[in-house]
Amino acid sequence: MNFIVSILFSGIAVSILVLIPLIGVGALDLRVFFGIVVPYAAMAVFFIGIVVRVLGWARSPVPFRIPTTAGQEWSFPWIKSNPIDNPKGMGGVIVRMIFEVLLFRSLFRNTRLEYKRVDGSPRINYEWEKWLWLAALAFHYAFLVIFLRHFRFFVEPIPGFVHLLEKLDGFLQMGAVPLAGLGTPGVYITDMLLLAGLTYLFVRRLYISQIRYISLPADYFPLFLLLGLGLTGVLMRYFIRVDITAVKELTVGLFKFSPTAPEGIGVIFYIHLFMLSALIAYFPFSKLMHFAGVFLSPTRNLANNNRFVRHVNPWNYPVKFHTYAAYEDEFRDRMIEAGLPVEKGAEPTADTSEKE
Amino acid sequence: MADTPKPEETAKIDHSPPLMKGWMDTPVEIKPGIFCYGGKPKNLEAVDMPYPKDWSPADDDWQLPDDWKEIIDEGINDRLGKFRSLKLFMDICVRCGACADKCHFFIGSGDPKNMPVLRAELIRSVYRKKHTVGGKLFGKFAGARELDEGVLKEWWYYLYQCTECRRCSLYCPYGIDTAEITIFGRELTNLLGLNTDWIAAPVANCNRTGNHLGIQPHAYKDMLDFFTDEIEDVTGLRMDPDYNRKGAEILFVTPSGDVFADPGTYTAMGYLMLFYYLKSMGLDITWSTYASEGGNFGYFTSHEMAKRLNAKMYAEAERLGVKWILGGECGHMWRVVNQYMDTFNGPADFLEEPVSPITGTRFENAKTTKMVHIVEFTADLIKNNKLKLDKSRNDHLKVTFHDSCNPARGMGFLEEPRYVIKNVCNNFYEMPPNTIREQTFCCGSGAGLNAGENMELRMRGGLPRANAVKYVHEKFGVNMLACICAIDRAVFPELMDYWVPEVDVTGIHELVANALVFEGEKKRTTDLRAEPLPGMEDEEDV
Repeated sequence: MNFIVSILFSGIAVSILVLIPLIGVGALDLRVFFGIVVPYAAMAVFFIGIVVRVLGWARSPVPFRIPTTAGQEWSFPWIKSNPIDNPKGMGGVIVRMIFEVLLFRSLFRNTRLEYKRVDGSPRINYEWEKWLWLAALAFHYAFLVIFLRHFRFFVEPIPGFVHLLEKLDGFLQMGAVPLAGLGTPGVYITDMLLLAGLTYLFVRRLYISQIRYISLPADYFPLFLLLGLGLTGVLMRYFIRVDITAVKELTVGLFKFSPTAPEGIGVIFYIHLFMLSALIAYFPFSKLMHFAGVFLSPTRNLANNNRFVRHVNPWNYPVKFHTYAAYEDEFRDRMIEAGLPVEKGAEPTADTSEKE
Repeated sequence: MADTPKPEETAKIDHSPPLMKGWMDTPVEIKPGIFCYGGKPKNLEAVDMPYPKDWSPADDDWQLPDDWKEIIDEGINDRLGKFRSLKLFMDICVRCGACADKCHFFIGSGDPKNMPVLRAELIRSVYRKKHTVGGKLFGKFAGARELDEGVLKEWWYYLYQCTECRRCSLYCPYGIDTAEITIFGRELTNLLGLNTDWIAAPVANCNRTGNHLGIQPHAYKDMLDFFTDEIEDVTGLRMDPDYNRKGAEILFVTPSGDVFADPGTYTAMGYLMLFYYLKSMGLDITWSTYASEGGNFGYFTSHEMAKRLNAKMYAEAERLGVKWILGGECGHMWRVVNQYMDTFNGPADFLEEPVSPITGTRFENAKTTKMVHIVEFTADLIKNNKLKLDKSRNDHLKVTFHDSCNPARGMGFLEEPRYVIKNVCNNFYEMPPNTIREQTFCCGSGAGLNAGENMELRMRGGLPRANAVKYVHEKFGVNMLACICAIDRAVFPELMDYWVPEVDVTGIHELVANALVFEGEKKRTTDLRAEPLPGMEDEEDV
């Protein structure tokens, strides 16, 4: 399987996910199914799936304390330690995790290999490369803000933080089309960041030969799904308007557990909703679980204090090892000859096998 | 043994993987010069490992037991239940590729399956087939595949092309650690009797004779006696170490490689000299022939084997009745001591919290393990002005320091060695920042890959390190590569010869011993290698 097959497979899969609601609502008018049943089912899969997955991870113990140390350890008072990249206790670990989760600290270290040959001998450089970090950060934060902005549709009255976010997010006061006005609302920065970030993440998978080689359909599929989700959202907001009052009736209903599927919402909304449902239902079974996994990662969430705070392995078991007695039995004569101290003296004795 | 290609040939590296053919459709090709020989049956039998056999990785038939797939399945299930790291690392990789060009083996070989992400995917793909919904439903399209002999061989080939150096894990946004994957993978291959002999033989030796090289007690003493003679030639003083002595305060454990082969031997001489120097100041230390190995090739076999070999240190400390253990300069030994030893074989209640008998410093960071790194021990001596040092005796050297992967990324032991070097040498130059400290590059021969038959692999894997040495060699005239790892000392000379001739290799305690000024010693005209000290030769002739 090569990248073309991977992309085709993912592209077709996402296209089908567009067609299903298009036919289901557009032609068959299955509003209750697509507006209520599918979202609820997806949410159930999402929450149950995540809990099952995380519990599955948590069920396996952490037998050894194996942090990747990324700075000077704590040793003498006169040597400056790095309490964040090489934490000595819980406090440092918490800060390290905050950096990791909120700022993608490890990804920030990224460099790019530059391999050249000069007169036949290798010249290796490690170049500045923060684009992946930047795109990842842009995408994740844009997604978060967009999600929070959506609370405008989830609850009534609209919470204050939503207004604030909308104001900040729209501060450019720019139209979606060059001629300001034309009836399109102001552009949200996060809408652009999300699409730009996703596009970059997709393009680099194609463009960088190594990343192209390692990419699976499971990498393209969520990217396409998220792009579809973002694009349908953008279309709805700026170009193909839907009946917002009816949408809100449906979404608030979902959140209040008194769902209704009102008439007159454009099919584009159902496509958006179905893609979201697909995304969250897919979530627990996919690499997207990295969002929960990062918190459990033993190379990041443990302190480097094994030499001064004991770590217990819950399944530790005694092992057989070659004892000193067995060793001396084998080599006693030679040890005595060499003047090495022995425990038992020259005559050989029995009963010195392996120790449990 | 395959002929190692010339550096100009080796340097022709293409880092672009094939465009149209996916990795799953590219079967493994087991190449001479890259793989290590298969473990010999006697070495597996010596430590009761399953399925010993005479085999070669180049054979078509690997003599697998009939139920080998079930054995691997069970092996995976068992480990998924025991290690959260494994379970998590199988599930959460997003293939962002941040690790891809961080691996020294990928940089040096261009073989795409040496990208850490792909090394892990080799195993993940099989895991997905059995353990994930997507893998069961969509097979290849979900990145899943069946385990077959080709896949097993591919695992083996690439698992024994990883030095567990953890450089990739530093850059991974989720901390996925290829060392963990490799450790598990190698455990699985060992369930089928598929170790390399360069790992299996040291394990068998270490189990029986106490050290990897199979040095028997009398021979071990002979080696150290020989060093004593050598030191006497240089200093006029006789060191007289003692062995297996009950009631000593401190037990000293160091990798046996330094007792056996240059230039590690000079580091071992350095230890002897330091201990002699401190004797009159109250150091009461003994060497052990039974626990005469700090390194742990068991760690390259399985967690259990690591624990079996490691157990000897505490057992010997208890038998001799010492108060604490001092450990020599070694890489993976310190990963094991720092991150596993107490958990494996502790608590060492019979020992005491380490206190330096010379300075009174309490090593609080070694409170439970009760094991102190000799470089921190020496750093503390220097800080407290307990050593009389003549730095100019190392003036003929321009030194750079290689952070060994394990003390760097499995401990964070970065400043202590630099502090010691700067106090015993006048000329110290750092390699570029992307190649040292936590970002350091492996020597390319760690984790049991320091054999002879895989020389091409070693030269390729060592290229990034060598390239950084070359940089300081050309820029500052660096002629000495210092390190705190016995494998480094064993493998760097060949690597330097290959890529950066004219750079020698040393342990830190060789530099310390060169600089150490003894009372009553004769005028030093040579360093420990019996090479003349500049400015001193004439005086000898007088």
